[in-house]
This record gives sequence, structure tokens and C-alpha cells, in this order.
Amino acid sequence: MSAAIAPSPADPMLPAPWRVRAVRRETADVATLDLVPLEGDAPRFAPGQFNMLYAFGIGEVPVSVSGDPADPTRFVHTVRAVGAVSTAIVAAAPGSVLGLRGPFGSAWPVDAAEGHDLLIVAGGLGLAPLRPAIYQVLAGSERFGRIAVLYGGRGPAELLFRDELAAWGARADVTVAVTVDHSDPSWHGHVGVVPALIKKMDFDPSNTMALLCGPEVMLRFTATALRGAGVAADHIFLSMERNMKCAIGLCGHCQFGADFVCKDGPVLPYDRIAARLAVREI
Amino acid sequence: MQPTAPSDPQAAPPPASVLLDRAGLQALLDALAARGFDVIGPTLRDGAIVYDRIACIEALPVGWTDRQDAGRYRLERRADAALFGYAVGPQPWKRFLHPPEELLWRARRQADGFTIAPAPPPPAPFAFIGVRACELHAIAIQDRVFLGGAHQDPGYAARRQGAFLVALNCGTAAGTCFCASMGTGPRAEAVFDLVLTELIDANRHDFLVVPGSDAGAALLAALPTRPAEPEAVTAAEAVVAHTAASMGRQLDTVGLKDLLQANPEHPRWDEVAARCLACANCTMVCPTCFCTSVADHTDLAGIEAERVKRWDSCFTADFSYIHGGSVRASGKSRYRQWMTHKLAHWIDQFGSSGCVGCGRCIAWCPVGIDITAEAAAIRATPGKGPHGNA
Ligand SMILES: Cc1cc2nc3c(=O)[nH]c(=O)nc-3n(C[C@H](O)[C@H](O)[C@H](O)COP(=O)(O)OP(=O)(O)OC[C@H]3O[C@@H](n4cnc5c(N)ncnc54)[C@H](O)[C@@H]3O)c2cc1C
Ligand code: SF4
Ligand code: SF4
Ligand code: FES
Repeated sequence: MSAAIAPSPADPMLPAPWRVRAVRRETADVATLDLVPLEGDAPRFAPGQFNMLYAFGIGEVPVSVSGDPADPTRFVHTVRAVGAVSTAIVAAAPGSVLGLRGPFGSAWPVDAAEGHDLLIVAGGLGLAPLRPAIYQVLAGSERFGRIAVLYGGRGPAELLFRDELAAWGARADVTVAVTVDHSDPSWHGHVGVVPALIKKMDFDPSNTMALLCGPEVMLRFTATALRGAGVAADHIFLSMERNMKCAIGLCGHCQFGADFVCKDGPVLPYDRIAARLAVREI
Repeated sequence: MQPTAPSDPQAAPPPASVLLDRAGLQALLDALAARGFDVIGPTLRDGAIVYDRIACIEALPVGWTDRQDAGRYRLERRADAALFGYAVGPQPWKRFLHPPEELLWRARRQADGFTIAPAPPPPAPFAFIGVRACELHAIAIQDRVFLGGAHQDPGYAARRQGAFLVALNCGTAAGTCFCASMGTGPRAEAVFDLVLTELIDANRHDFLVVPGSDAGAALLAALPTRPAEPEAVTAAEAVVAHTAASMGRQLDTVGLKDLLQANPEHPRWDEVAARCLACANCTMVCPTCFCTSVADHTDLAGIEAERVKRWDSCFTADFSYIHGGSVRASGKSRYRQWMTHKLAHWIDQFGSSGCVGCGRCIAWCPVGIDITAEAAAIRATPGKGPHGNA
């Protein structure tokens, strides 16, 4: 018997070769790679989406796009070396070739946030998946209310995109606040966790959208702080992380309650996931 | 095989039932083989009834039946020479449509980058002999998983599209069967090409056959059938009714999705975790469990690379690993994930329960954990919730 739906023409599990055009070292273990396709054009992506990056013979991992959605020529990815695959990607030399499938997943609700005060809250590497949203927002900042980027890192040496943070902070249309858990003599900014920055911000909680990305504990505390400040649960969006093998809803690894983080997420509204975020090991 | 449109009762009379005798059933196997099908059916191996290549009806478990209970599966002799006088064994048909290991692609390093080629298409289409009602539902469920979303699994699509399904109305239920309470059996009602009902008593040994598709009807026309007399049709009805009345277990599904989703902290999860070995047997034997992992390999020179997909299980620690540790580190969280996914989240994800009531996970659990008993225990003392759609 025929199954209900004809197979899609392209095999969604086949990586395509992409060339590493440039590599920028961000911190000791983080690098940003510019990737251009060997054949054809780069597909369009929405801020918040991710690709599966394949290091030849080693493996494939999900990595968010960290570049500007207005640039149609390349994919920009910011990767921390934590294991075999991510280390190989961070070590990829300019000119070398990686495999890429994507883009996959849900997006930050940037358009829906127009007319609202906007809080963009990042912890650690979480600034990378938020950067495309920041680019898009800053390109049309007049369409939003007050815009704030709140960013927390472990220490000054681990902060990403420091030049850009400084440039954004110098603009009149955005407030940038950066905090670190552990200071060092070079640091003159905030010390403490990101959720603590929320109290220092000026926003109208009844008309605020918040975009959150970072470690799960940071997401939980930040969402709780935002709820405490009066921001509606369905106006808070979180990017979730789960083990992923296929990115297309077929391998089962990324399940988080009834959602597949790869296709229903990674960006999910807090009202949908608040109950399960409170359950350990779900 | 071509899909058939749902039959319009006004336009066409119901498909006529015909009878095949034992020689006729052999002719069915021969006709499928002659048409290039890889014919797979039940056969005896290592003290169990498994699905494997069969050429002749003598390879079927003639005169055998099975006795199944929690943590128990034993073969016994029947008093007759029935060919299909048993319930399901440890293997689901997913072993063929969604194989335990599958090459996804091969890549070759070039002077500049690499080339990549998908795995070759499957060689011969499968014909499955004796697919039970619960198993047809399980195949329909995996169709929705692998083919119903935005992205399809091309390997599954190819194998599934070519497959010819000879269904079977069950003539016996095991102590672990509960398809009747899941609404998935014992009458074969989902998509199939032909459906058999085995009729055996002192006076006859026949198979009542009804086509379920044009391909099935065409094949049947080439077989040595004879018209089914009304008594044969009545006897076939009685076979199914008797099986439905002899289910060994049942599962109350009313409100089960909400009940489980509201009870992630129920003390029963700790209780079952104390018994569960996290061996993953239940997920391997389950006909709907679909999870896989991938493994990447290279040759020593680093020139050739390949990616292989393998069955995986939510009972392993690696399954939920993200840098820093597994999300589901405890056995409790893994059993909760399996059962809540199967009986609750599945409904949100794919529009039906992920359980078809085949009972395999009950029989093949080394410590006899019983999904129907676990669900009933949570129902007996529901927690205070509310956890919403947890
Ligand atoms: C939607 C999404 C977006 C991500 N975006 C980024 C990003 O922009 N930059 C970045 O550096 N990292 C990102 N990650 C995390 C990144 O995927 C992991 O760091 C990476 O998988 C680690 O693989 P490894 O083999 O190097 O390490 P190991 O720790 O050895 O991991 C072994 C395997 O476990 C799985 N795994 C481990 N950690 C994770 C994880 N955090 N998420 C999913 N699977 C994991 C992978 O299959 C990996 O191959 C993202 C993860 C997700 C789910
Ligand atoms: S959960 Fe158990 S009874 Fe239900 S379909 Fe899977 S193996 Fe069969
Ligand atoms: S429930 Fe039984 S079969 Fe499943 S993992 Fe636990 S011990 Fe193994
Ligand atoms: S990553 Fe495979 S289902 Fe989501």
C-alpha cells in the first residue's frame, strides 16, 4: 500500500558542502565562522534558526545562526569547543569545507515584537543565537519601543562580541547592560547574574516582549523575574537546547514534553513550557 | 502498491470473500515471490516466533502457539495444525520498514571539499504475511511519524511504498494482548492489500481472504480460490469475536493523556524506577518506538566517511546528553519519558496514542513491568497537579 505522502525530492539528511571563508576568534574556546555554499545560494533564514554542521568523518551538531539575516550570501556561526565535533568546527581553517543542513526550527518573534518594549536577555554563548534578532531590530529600531540588550557571562574574558556590544551601547536607540559572575581587575561593569539586571531596566511590563537565550537555569530565573515584573508569559520567548541527531522531527532525541525542540522550537513561548520547565529531568 | 480510495458504498459492492486452502496459501507466497517481492512471515527461531524470509508454508510455526504474561513468553504445541495460531512475537515489522541499522550516506574527501552520495535504494520490495490489526495500526503510526511531517524519511518512504501487506485477523489473543481496549484490533481494519482469517476445525483448514486494495484484488484473481460459502463468512466473524473476548489485558484510555501529563511527579514513577533495569527491551520490541541515533565513521586514511542510523532508546543515558550531562539522568525520568510519550505526548504529536496494545513490552520486560498496570496505578491515585501540558 502506498503511504500517504510522497517522499520529498531532496534527502533532508544529506549535508551540503560549505566553505569556511573566514574565522574570527572570539574567546579562548569560541570562534565565529563565515560559511559560503560551494554550489548555489545560501538559503534565507530567520533569526533564532539553526543549522546542523558536519565536520568530515567526526560528526554533526546543531549550531544557531549568529549572523545578519539581511546578508543573503553566507551563514555566520559562533561555536564553542566543548567536545569532538565542536572542537573540529572551531579548528576549521579558512578555505576548508564543512557539511551543512538547514536552516531548521522556529524563529524569534521579531515582527510580532514591533510596537513593544523589547528585552533581549542572553547568558554566555546565548548571545550568538540572539545576535540575528538584534541586527534585525536595530535595522528598524523606530518600530519598537524601548530596546534593551542584557548580557551576562562568567567572566570578562568569556564575553562574546565585545566590540559590537560597545557599538550598540553607544547608540541612542538601545540600552546595553553587561554583567559578569566573576570580575577581574580589568572589569568596571556590573557583577552578578543577568536576571538581576532586569530590575535596573526601564520598561512597560504590560507592553514588553522578552527574548531569552542561555543556560537552562538562567532561562528559568530570568523568566521568573520577568513574570515577577509583570511581563505576560506569552510575551516571553526562550530558546531551548536538547540533544539533536536529525533536526527534522524524526530521531526523537530533542523531545521536551510534547514538543520536538528541533521543529516546534528551539524558540518556544514561556506560557507553553513554564510547567515542564519546573519539572526536573523532563 | 497503489493507494485505494476509500470505497464508496454506493458505487461498488463490498469486496467478495473467497477461500484459499493450504495449497492456495502456498500459491499466494509463490505469486508474491514471482512478482519480485521479498516474502517475510512468521517462523520459529530460538524458542520464539520471529518474522523472517519464508518460501513455503511449512516454514510457518505450524501447530504452535505462545503463552505470554508479564516477563514471560513460551511456545507450546497446539492440538491442531494451525499456521497462525499464536499472537505477536518479539519482533515488530518495523525491523524491515525501519531497520535497526541503516546507511544514510557515504562521503568522499576531494582535493577541495567532499562529495556525498545517498544510500542506494532498497533492492526488493517486501511482502509481509500475517500482519495483525495492532501491527497495521503501528505501521500507520510510523507512516505518520516518518512521512506525515514537513520532512520525510526517504529510506522509510521507499521501503513502505513498495510493501505488500497480507493482514491477518487474529485467531488467538495472548495474555499480554489489549488491542481491543486501544481500538486497534483484533479485526484488521487499517490499510492492507489482502486480509486472511484462518478457519480450522475437524472438517476444514481454509483461509478466508478479502482484498483491501486493487493490487490485492489483482493478485487474488491469479490464485486458486473458491467462493466463500456463508458459513465460512460466519465462522470468520466468530474467530474475531472470540479473540476480542479473550484479551489478556486492558488499558483504560479515557482521559489518560491529561492524567499522565498532569502527573510528572507522581510517586509511582519512583516505584517503577526501582524495578526498571533501563535495559531498553521495551523500546526495541515496541512496533511504534521510532527513535534513532547516528554514528559517523571514516576509513583510516580519512578519505571515506559514512553516517549510519541506528535504533536508539530513551532508556539510555546518552539519549538526552547535552554538554555537561544527561537531561534524564535517573531511571525514573526515563521510564516517565517513555510511558508519557507513548500514551500522552504522542496524541499531541501524531494524533493518536503511540500504543497499539500489542503487549510486547510487557512480555519482553525481564522484570515484568506492565504498561497497563503502571497506567492503572497512576489513575488509582492521581496527584494533585496541575502541571499542565508537562
Ligand atoms: C538549537 C541549538 C542551537 C545551538 N547553538 C549553538 C551555538 O550557536 N554555538 C555553540 O557553540 N553551540 C550551540 N549548540 C550546542 C552544540 O550543539 C553542542 O555544543 C554540541 O552538540 C557539542 O557537540 P560535541 O560533539 O562537540 O561535544 P560532546 O559534549 O562530546 O557531545 C557529544 C554529542 O552530544 C550531543 N550534544 C552535546 N551537547 C549538546 C547540546 N548542547 N545540544 C545538542 N546536542 C548536544 C551532540 O550530538 C554531540 O555530538 C546548540 C544546540 C542546540 C540544540
Ligand atoms: S507500548 Fe507496549 S503494548 Fe503498546 S505498542 Fe508498544 S510494545 Fe505494544
Ligand atoms: S520497562 Fe522493562 S523492558 Fe523497559 S527498560 Fe525497564 S526493565 Fe527494560
Ligand atoms: S532532533 Fe531529531 S527529532 Fe528533533
